[in-house]
Order: sequence, then C-alpha cells, then structure tokens
Amino acid sequence: MNTTGDPLLRIIDLRVVFAAHTALGGVSFDLWPGETVGLVGESGSGKSTLARAVLRLVRAQAGAVLWRGRDLLACDAATLRSLRRDLQIVFQDPLASLNPRMTVGESIAEPLRIHAGVLSERHLRGRVAQMLERVGLGAAMMGRYPHEFSGGQCQRIGIARAMILEPKLLICDEPVSSLDVSIQGQIVNLLLDLQRDSGTAMLFISHNLAIVRHLSHRILVMYAGKLVEVAPRDALFAAPIHPYTRALLSAVPSASKPQVRAGAPLRADAGAMPQAFDVGCAFRDRCAYAVALCGSTVPPLEEVAVGHWAACHRSREFTA
Amino acid sequence: MATPTLNVEDLSVDFTHRGTRISAVRQVSLQVAPGECVAIVGESGSGKTQVFMAAMGLLAGNASVDGRVCFEGADLLGTEPAQLNRVRGSKLTMIFQDPMTSLTPHLKIGQQLAEVLVCHRQATWGEAMSAARRMLERVRVPEAARRLNQYPHELSGGLRQRAMIGMSLMCDPALVIADEPTTALDVTVQAQIIDLLRAMRAELSMALVLISHDLGVVAGLADRILVMYAGRIVENAGAAQLLRQPRHPYTAELLKCIPSVTGPRWERLPNLPGQPPQAGDSPAGCAFAPRCPRAADRCRSERPLLQASADTDGPARGVACHFPVLT
Repeated sequence: MNTTGDPLLRIIDLRVVFAAHTALGGVSFDLWPGETVGLVGESGSGKSTLARAVLRLVRAQAGAVLWRGRDLLACDAATLRSLRRDLQIVFQDPLASLNPRMTVGESIAEPLRIHAGVLSERHLRGRVAQMLERVGLGAAMMGRYPHEFSGGQCQRIGIARAMILEPKLLICDEPVSSLDVSIQGQIVNLLLDLQRDSGTAMLFISHNLAIVRHLSHRILVMYAGKLVEVAPRDALFAAPIHPYTRALLSAVPSASKPQVRAGAPLRADAGAMPQAFDVGCAFRDRCAYAVALCGSTVPPLEEVAVGHWAACHRSREFTA
Repeated sequence: MATPTLNVEDLSVDFTHRGTRISAVRQVSLQVAPGECVAIVGESGSGKTQVFMAAMGLLAGNASVDGRVCFEGADLLGTEPAQLNRVRGSKLTMIFQDPMTSLTPHLKIGQQLAEVLVCHRQATWGEAMSAARRMLERVRVPEAARRLNQYPHELSGGLRQRAMIGMSLMCDPALVIADEPTTALDVTVQAQIIDLLRAMRAELSMALVLISHDLGVVAGLADRILVMYAGRIVENAGAAQLLRQPRHPYTAELLKCIPSVTGPRWERLPNLPGQPPQAGDSPAGCAFAPRCPRAADRCRSERPLLQASADTDGPARGVACHFPVLT
C-alpha cells in the first residue's frame, strides 16, 4: 500500500437522493493504490449506493469522484467507458450477476472483448482458461452455464470476470454474504491472493464486521448515508469511538463466548428506516448517549486520534 | 421421561424432480422436550428446514415422506389437513426467515394477529384485537396501538419480525419453530430479536426449535445443538459442550471458519476445502469424507452411524463419525 503520492480514488462530498430519500448525505474519503478499505453499515445505510455512485451506475446529485485526478461524474460516456476498464465490481448475488444464456467462458471473455481491442479467438480462450485456473475452477469449465455451478463457484466466476482486465480498483459489494460459512473463507482468500498478485486496491462492502476485520487495512463505518467513523483496522476494533460502531461491535454474536455479549447500548428499533438528516445526528434516536446538541447540529467528521475520524459531538469523551 | 413435545423418528424426505428422486432428509430422529430450546445447524441444502416443513405439513407437492412425527404424542404425518389445522398455528407455530413474505401484505398487522384467536379460540374480533395489542406490547413493539392499524410494508424488518413472533405466540404454543429468524436482519436488530426470543422462552415456558446456519446466533439461545450435513444429523450435544469440544470433524471445522471481531487477526481466513454436497448426492460412505481432514479409507466405504459418544461427562451426546475429534 502506498499512501504517498496521489490517491487512486478521491471521493468528495458525494450526495445521492432517490425521490425524497437521501441515500448518501455527503461522503468524502480517499483510497490509495493497493489499499483494502472495508465499508460496513446496516442495510439501507447507503453502502451499495456509494459503490454504484462511484461507478456511475446510479446518478449522484452532487460531489465529485476523482479517479487518478479525473472526475468520473463529469466525463463523457466514451471516456467513462474506457476508464471503467480499471474499475471493476463483484456483486452480492453471484448467480443473478451472470448472464444465464452465456457460457461462463463467454462471460469471462466479455470484458476483454469490450476493452482489450481486437484479440484472436485463440488468444481470448487462452486468457479465459488461465483466469479460470487462477480462480480455482479449471479451464474445462469454460463451456458450462452458470446454473451448473454452486453459489461459491458462481462467485469465483464473477471474480474471474472482474479481475481479467487486472483493474486498479475492485469494488466488492457483499461478495460472500449469500455463501455458506465454510465457503466464505475460500472466496475471501481468493480475493486476497489475486490482490497480492496484481496490486489491485479493494473497496470491500460488508455488513459482517468480522470478515472486514480480517482483510482490510482501513475501515469506514456508515450510518444513514454518512460516514460516522473512519479508522485504521486495529484502532477501530481496539478503541471504537462512535456509539454506533460500539453498538455494532457488541451486537456481533459469538460462538466461542455466547454469554459475554454486553447489552448493546441501543434503544429499541424505532421502526423507521434511518435517513440522512440535515438537522442533527441521524443516530440520535437510537443512541444512549444523545444530548440536546445532537438534535440541533450535525456532528462533523473530525480527526480524534491520528488517522482516526469520528462524527460524534461526544467523541472526545469516548477516546480512552 | 415425560412425552417429548416433538418426536421425530426415522424421518426421510424425498423430492421427485423430472423423474429423479432427490433425497433431502435421511433417517433423521430427534426429540424436543417440553420447554427445551434445540438448535438445528447446517449449511444450505443440508435438509434442516425440510425436517420441520414435514412436521408442519408444508412440504412441496413433489415430496414423499417416510417415518413418524409426533407432536405431544399425536401423529402429525398422514393427519387430515382439518385435523392438522387445530394444532398448526395455535399449539405448534412457525416463524420464517423473511417477515415481509410471511405476513400477508394486504392485511393490517392487528388483523393478522387477531385472526389467530378468532380461528383457533373462537374469540370475538373485539377481544382478539385487544389481545393482539397486548401481544405487540409484550414483544416490545413501540406504539403498539398505532401499529395494529399499519400494513406490513410500513414496518421495519425488525418490527415485522417482532410482529411475526407475536403472531406465533397468540395461543400459548407448546412449540415454536423459528427458521432463520434473524438471517434477514441487521446485526444490531438481530441481537434484539435474539434477546426477545430468550425473554419469551423464559416468560412462556414454550419449547423452541431454532433453525440456523449461524452457530454464533444459536450459541446464545440453545440448550442443545444438532448439526446436520447432507440430510443427516452428524452431531448432537449440549450447546456449551458442542461449542467447546466438537466431536464431529465437520462441526470442528465449521467452528474454525467463523471469523471473530476479537482475538488474533488472520492473514488468511480458514475455510473448508471443496463444496457442500448437492442435494441428492448419495455417496457410499460418509458424506463429509471428501472435505474431511481426518478421512480414511473406511470413511469412503462405510457410512458412520449416529452413536452415543463413549466418554460422556455431561448430557448425552452423539456423533456420526468413525474418527471423532477427541480433545
């Protein structure tokens, strides 16, 4: 990971609004070459919207997405298409993200056909065979269709398709959430191996804090369309600051220590999907530490310790 | 011993698909004692849900069932639907994974809860509605009176699951079967639902079957855990015992695969090599042998039976393995 020089991706105050619902309420962060950033949060917090807005799969209302200095939101369709070669995505549902009527070989070859110019059929087949071997499926699978594979195998195909162009950034949107526990590790390790070989940076979106912990350099915690905490991995797990992060950590069930889970300092689910507010902190209704200020002023994301940012009016009190 | 609340004997479930017979559950026997919480753990396709779909008479049309399922001493299989409906929904209830698809979208929450009492207890709608409100309060739904008049889509996932749990408790059931009750929920809401189920068990002395793929979720609730693999029970033990000292290599490997938010950080995630068996695969020996670090020739030819473990120091436990882990 290289944090000197320029960031690979710089997101500045990105906002996405769907009808009356603010899905992203101004998100900013940098991602460095070769870095793995974990993005965690509940469903509806805006994690996937962020991923899609970066790739312009949904339209952002405001903000900038600077890819090696160029704003992806401002460039024309042809430029975007050529830049997307370096920005690939792996989706949650591995079967739904593959075309059922294309053989897996055709699916994996498609990015090459689009981006790599004219390649001979022989050359294409060679690249696809090589990629299938790298993701542990074997070249002989090339002529099969997605329905002939299990969920874990389909995810390997999705990864092969995303990695065949050796992108500089791979966005993984809940890539292992639909897989069995015994298979999740296989897929995560595959991603880590590919990343080590190619130096690809990764934005890994998950609601599973435990998985994110084992593979990220840095972690972003999102709530109601905003980042509430950003920290290097070890700092986040050793000394979480934001009450939401702490609630999230204490709610993770454990098979090894089932009885020690501390009562989550969360008020009962109020029954409504949290929304990004322009007045006050969006988490205040569920927060056991909320004070009057939280209802009137949006807490800014501030650096509380070196590289450790939190958006909470009481963050200084929560730093050990 | 008192009559078990649920007694499943030698249950097999097969599905016929395009002329092929696929076996989903093979000779499963299990008991749930009154008031007990039994968790069934297994990967997708292991048959854990089908055992209880059979008990509830909810199997798909192409299924065939063999064996016996008794609820409070009375046989459930082969019972006429009218007869089955007297217990189903009142004394024997089920909570499903996705509360959006298991609640009726065009009926208000209050009506759906009250209906249980109107159908099973011949209550008037007035009585039933006030019972429904009390139940929503009991399952910690804020503003219960207002929620009675809302439709399922107006509630968050967590509240819908609370309403579903409330619905399952309307007639003081003897047994509630919860099929992945928290899988569709966020981790913070999941913790609240687990706490609610724990509280309801303490208050209502019902038995609870918890079907889950997540050992972490069941760890905090279950008295006993049954592990299923490829349609069979491979291990059966007290929850604490099983989590501390798993005997079956599958259970042991599965426990190693669960990443943790505490403890040492891994450079690579542990995993089980290979694929879970497809429903319908029927190897000659142990179904887990192809993925098992302890497998020997015997495992590939001779299927291990579920046998009481030799060195039991706590409650009875069983394991189906020729070479169980002994630590």
